[in-house]
Amino acid sequence: MKGTGSIINKGLVQNTLFVLAVILMGAMVENTYLLQIMTFIGINTLLALGLNMLMGYAGQVSLGQGAFYGIGAYATAILSGTHGVSPWLALVFAIALAVGVAWVVGRPTLRLSGYYLGMGTLGFGMIVHIFFREAGSLTGGASGFVGIPMLGIGSFMFEGGRSYFYLVWAVVFGTMLVCRRIIDSKTGRALAAIHGRENAAVALGVDAHSVKLTIFMFSAALGAMAGFFYAHFVLFISPDSFGFMASIKMVTMVVIGGMASVWGAVLGAAVITLLPEVLHGFADYEMIVFGVILMGVMIVMPQGLTQGVVDQYDRYRKKRA
Amino acid sequence: MEDLLQYLFSGITIGAVYAVVAIGLSMLYRSTELINFAHGEFAMFGALGLVTLWGQLHLPLPLAFVLSVTGVACVGMVFERFALRPVKDPNPITLVIITVGASIVFRGIAMNVWGKDPVSLPPFSDLESIEIAGAVIVPQSLYIVGAALVLAGTLHLFFRYTIQGKAMTACAVNKKAAWLTGIPSERMGLFAVLISAVSGAVAGIFIAPVTMNTYDMGTMLGLKGFCAAMIGGLGSLWGAFAGGILLGVLESLGAGLISSGSKDAIAFVLLLLILYLCPGGLFAQKQAERF
Repeated sequence: MKGTGSIINKGLVQNTLFVLAVILMGAMVENTYLLQIMTFIGINTLLALGLNMLMGYAGQVSLGQGAFYGIGAYATAILSGTHGVSPWLALVFAIALAVGVAWVVGRPTLRLSGYYLGMGTLGFGMIVHIFFREAGSLTGGASGFVGIPMLGIGSFMFEGGRSYFYLVWAVVFGTMLVCRRIIDSKTGRALAAIHGRENAAVALGVDAHSVKLTIFMFSAALGAMAGFFYAHFVLFISPDSFGFMASIKMVTMVVIGGMASVWGAVLGAAVITLLPEVLHGFADYEMIVFGVILMGVMIVMPQGLTQGVVDQYDRYRKKRA
Repeated sequence: MEDLLQYLFSGITIGAVYAVVAIGLSMLYRSTELINFAHGEFAMFGALGLVTLWGQLHLPLPLAFVLSVTGVACVGMVFERFALRPVKDPNPITLVIITVGASIVFRGIAMNVWGKDPVSLPPFSDLESIEIAGAVIVPQSLYIVGAALVLAGTLHLFFRYTIQGKAMTACAVNKKAAWLTGIPSERMGLFAVLISAVSGAVAGIFIAPVTMNTYDMGTMLGLKGFCAAMIGGLGSLWGAFAGGILLGVLESLGAGLISSGSKDAIAFVLLLLILYLCPGGLFAQKQAERF
């Protein structure tokens, strides 16, 4: 399917362009509000990348990804905020916790499929969300958690919008490379086989359950990482950011961007992050417009924007030829 | 003892609401294999419609009831025609996002029409409450349970004995084969959404007097309805009914005996347990697909 020589060059070109674009954007944009939005896009890209591995490549729907996002955010908030642990140590712990929870929950849940898997993950997400809300002494309850410290290395603090922007996007870039490696690895091919037809994959000797569990744990780790960066960026978290609608937003990013595509995750995260900002002009009608756009894209381009635009272009070219 | 009985009564009341919501969802799944995340919003429209027609315009209750239900039925039909039917590749993820999108649109509309403040309504009748062994039953509870029973019974008879009901079951089993035998499967899909919207509206109308009615009341109601439908076994009407009652009673006991905050978690814990232990639900005829 893939020629080795050409694909490396193509990937190299794409990566270089991407890195250049990020550096340029960070250097040129002076407006702190814009930098903030772009940082949020980066954080959401991490979420979308993780979920994309699960949904796009393994074909498993999760409506509870918000739980891992929240676990990452609350773990670091409690450890570094309440107990004064170094945030970086807290990050390691947050990821370990998310992966552990994913293992425990994923073992029975990933045996389900289709709608049942969706409902199982939804139930898990809701339970975690309710825990954040009810465990007030630990999490600050419904009113939220304040007093999360800023990130820093040595005496350097990621205070200005620009340094945090670069930090997040560097992590995004690293994560993209890791995701590509996984996709091209044996695990990636096993995932593709499971996505195609799980029974056939099992018949070929793929241990479907353990592969799905591995990728579920991986996506949980990315979710927790995004939660970590979110918590130390906003410095305040509340259960609302990690509820059902948050999980749905993540699924939307993956689907709108286009499943099974690393670039799709970036695009989806950008669209879903920017949309509410653009729609602020509609004031009270914001929700309606957002919902209509969501439905419209799914009805017209069920493959997502990346694939949808490519399809439209192909059709246009065929028409002209 | 009185407390326990009281929890049981209030559990059955709220359980009957979940049951009606679950029946609508389950029925729709049975006929179209669609899980509708906007179902709770049908209930919200029903309740808020009653708030306007009965509570503010003071129309007679039966007329307000019929008008609200008709209104929601129209919303359901528009939803089916313009959001569900044009979907060319109806896979679960696409449909889930479309119905979630619809629920956001519905909530947005309701927020603009009715505002953000919760509204309450008086009960349907000013009859005296009934007291049994120290526990109190308000008449509204009896109406809710009655409505749930009538709805489940009617749908049961509909699927069992009418040609339309049988045709809808046939569409659910195999759409193409049903179409080949001359069943207009598109119209059946529309019909299924219509019935489910009506049942949602009925649920909303009956709980309007016992809850605070807001534009976002549908989300939790819809999710609890799913839990109930899953617990009973998706696609089974009486399963959905039993699942709803069971969920309501357990929630009420949990809220009373453990803590009111844990109430919402009970539904989802129960859902996970059911999915792990018997994924087809408690009353399913066949096992759900599972590896």
